[in-house]
Order: sequence, then structure tokens, then C-alpha cells
Amino acid sequence: MSLQDKIALVTGGSRGIGRAVALRLAAMGALTIINYVSRPEAAQAVADEITQAGGRAEICPFNVADTAESEAAIKKILDAHGRLDILVNNAGITRDGLLMKMKEAQWDEVLATNLKGAFTCTKAVSRAMMKQRWGRIVNISSVIGFAGNAGQSNYAAAKAGLVGLTRSVARELAPRNITVNGVAPGYIVTDMTKDLSEEINDRIRAEIPLGVLGEAEDVAAAVAYLVSDEARYVTGQFIHVNGGMYMG
Amino acid sequence: MAVEEKLIDIIADQLSVDKAKVVPGASFIDDLGADSLDLVELIMAMEEAFDIEIADEVAEKIVTVQDAIDHINKIS
Repeated sequence: MSLQDKIALVTGGSRGIGRAVALRLAAMGALTIINYVSRPEAAQAVADEITQAGGRAEICPFNVADTAESEAAIKKILDAHGRLDILVNNAGITRDGLLMKMKEAQWDEVLATNLKGAFTCTKAVSRAMMKQRWGRIVNISSVIGFAGNAGQSNYAAAKAGLVGLTRSVARELAPRNITVNGVAPGYIVTDMTKDLSEEINDRIRAEIPLGVLGEAEDVAAAVAYLVSDEARYVTGQFIHVNGGMYMG
Repeated sequence: MAVEEKLIDIIADQLSVDKAKVVPGASFIDDLGADSLDLVELIMAMEEAFDIEIADEVAEKIVTVQDAIDHINKIS
């Protein structure tokens, strides 16, 4: 599976699942653009790791929740490279809280980054991909978007929203040979989940048939398949990478 | 007429058809082989080239080359 001559953009690519996806796409030969918002040093570290391994990488700061900023940044990428082949909408945040206590801002922030951000980036790359008659878009959802989770109604709504977005855009862009799919990770060891208590971790493990938490690389492997030429006949689909905890 | 020539260039380029086929009476879908995505791209290309905004309800009524020419002439 080679992505030579392809250009990939991974939002939220400086750590966690996004980092693993960026490393994987770069290892497959793509010039990988690592988007980040708050940690330039982390993004640069990923880029350095890629270039030291002989790959090609760039870093690109913008906040996917900010439409104008995102559009301008993606336009700059398109102007500089003349194309964009792969978009991985990975950027995501959590602002957990029980519904009865959840503030409007918690809801809005999570929806703006996790759902609207994917819409914005997808829209911004769609014309270039249509012209190319080739494109791969992968949206990183979550098991929470399918199964729900107490304390994460905002996150679950955004991640479920990505499913509808994925399937609709898949239908719209299919005539131009652009596939739009998603990956729904289960409990993956990342910064986002590392602060969970040992007790909660034990409870989570009990619900996972395979008995262990996943690694970011497990998710990256699914993304690698979906962006490859081998997946040319797959669109509007979700791959669940969750150790069996939810079987969609 | 400059506007008309520019428009014909855009249409020929966007729909990958010979300029000779882009005659006023030609329908984008029936005569020039456009699909709905082509029409969206064409409208966006026109917006960019002439620095205008074409509302969806207006775009829906642009079905022939002449419709496009008339619209551009009307607003510019």
C-alpha cells in the first residue's frame, strides 16, 4: 500500500491517534501535513520523527473550530502543493459532564471542534479532490458515538454526527472517485484517556472482549487501509476498532 | 463580447467539452453532459471568475449557456 505522490492532512496530528495516523501515512510515502492548535513542539516532534525515518512532513497550525482560520490554512496548503489527496478529520476534544450539569459552552465547544471542524475541513478540500478525481476522507468517530456514554452526551452527539456527515458526503462525492469513511475507536491509550482512574480502567477492560485497551497504532492501521487504493470500493463505512466492546 | 468569451472558456474547461459545442442554446445537462456536481462546480467557477455570488435559487434556473450569459450580463 503505497501513498507515494500523495499529500495527506491529519487534523489534531500532534499526539494520540492523530500522531499515530500521521506517522503511518508518512511511512506509506505520503507527504503528511500535521495540523495542531496548541502544541507546536509536539507537532514538530512528529514531523522530525517522520523526516528522520526518511519521510516527508510539514506542520500547520489552525483551529478546526475556527472556520475562517481553517479555510485560510487549507487554501495555503492547496496553493503551495497544488493538491490534497487525503484528509483525516481527527481533531477532537472532550468537555465531559452529566447532562443536568452540562453548560452550553461545554456542548458548543465539543460540537464546534469535533463535528463542525470536520465539516469545515471536508468542505475546504472537496473542490480540489473533485478536480483530481481522487480523494480519501476518513473521519475519526468513537465507540461513544455508537453506544453512548454517561457524562459524554456532547462528545457522543458530535461523534454520532460524524457518522451522518460521513455517509452523506460519501454519497455526494462518490461520482468523483472520492471515498469518505470513518473509524470508530474504542478505548485507546492516549492523553485523552490516560487520566482515567485505575478503577475505571478495570471497569472498561471488563467490557472489552479482547481484554485490553487499544493502541493508537490499531486505529492508524484501519485508516491506512481506508486511504489505500485497495479500499477503492469502500465508502460510507465505519471500521470499529474497539476490541469487540461494541459490535456495530 | 468579453464576458461571453470568458464564460464560454470557463464552461468548456469545467465540463471538459469542445468550445464549439458551447453554443447559447446548449443545455448543460442534456447537451454538454454535465451532472449535478458539475453544475455546482461550474457555478462556483463562475462566482470566482466574475467575483460574484450566485444564490442557490438563482443557480437552479441556469440550465443553458444562454441562461448563464444572461445572468452575468444582468448583474455585472
